[in-house]
Amino acid sequence: MCTSFMSELMLGQHQLGASTIVSRGSLTTPTTDTLKAALYLASATMNASTTAYTATGEVSGTGYTAGGVTVTNATAPTSTNTSATAGVAFFTPSASITYTTVTLSTAFDTVLLYNSTQSNKAISVHTFGSQTITAGTFTLTMPANTTAAALIRLATT
Amino acid sequence: MDDSLLQKREGTVDNDNELTTWVEYWLDEELVHRSAHVTMKKMPVFGGGETASIG
Repeated sequence: MCTSFMSELMLGQHQLGASTIVSRGSLTTPTTDTLKAALYLASATMNASTTAYTATGEVSGTGYTAGGVTVTNATAPTSTNTSATAGVAFFTPSASITYTTVTLSTAFDTVLLYNSTQSNKAISVHTFGSQTITAGTFTLTMPANTTAAALIRLATT
Repeated sequence: MDDSLLQKREGTVDNDNELTTWVEYWLDEELVHRSAHVTMKKMPVFGGGETASIG
């Protein structure tokens, strides 16, 4: 498979088979989907089987809006060959994800990245050490946008 | 409020998955502020963010 095909999948440039993508106003005037990040309690079950955003198990508290915050999505996915037969496509949000002036008293340890434009479809689940926030700010700084560390990676082997 | 009455506590967690720093302010043994900053280092051990292999 061509490595560039994978990043083009991330960009929605390919749609094989019957059309399923909604909210694409024009093929000649592309629109960028809105990505969001929601926080989940340590007791919630969020994993690779998660298919869409759910309010079940989501944190709640002062200053936090259900559904989470919008993710800065300015950097396009990219891809590179790692050998003559393998490659990796990768994507990382272009800014930190920040929840400002919140109180989240029940421990949380998970963030769900999802596409709010496309029916809240899940993109990825990420865990970290359990946290609470009291009248403060919770910030998630993204990893380096590289083949080895990017937040989302698709690789051929 | 007299800021000198606040007790500041800080901590760091550094492992393969994350570098996390947090700061707390306590007033008379009551937590009045806690912020945390998580720097994500790599993929989690599960989830859609995990590297997907396409043969």
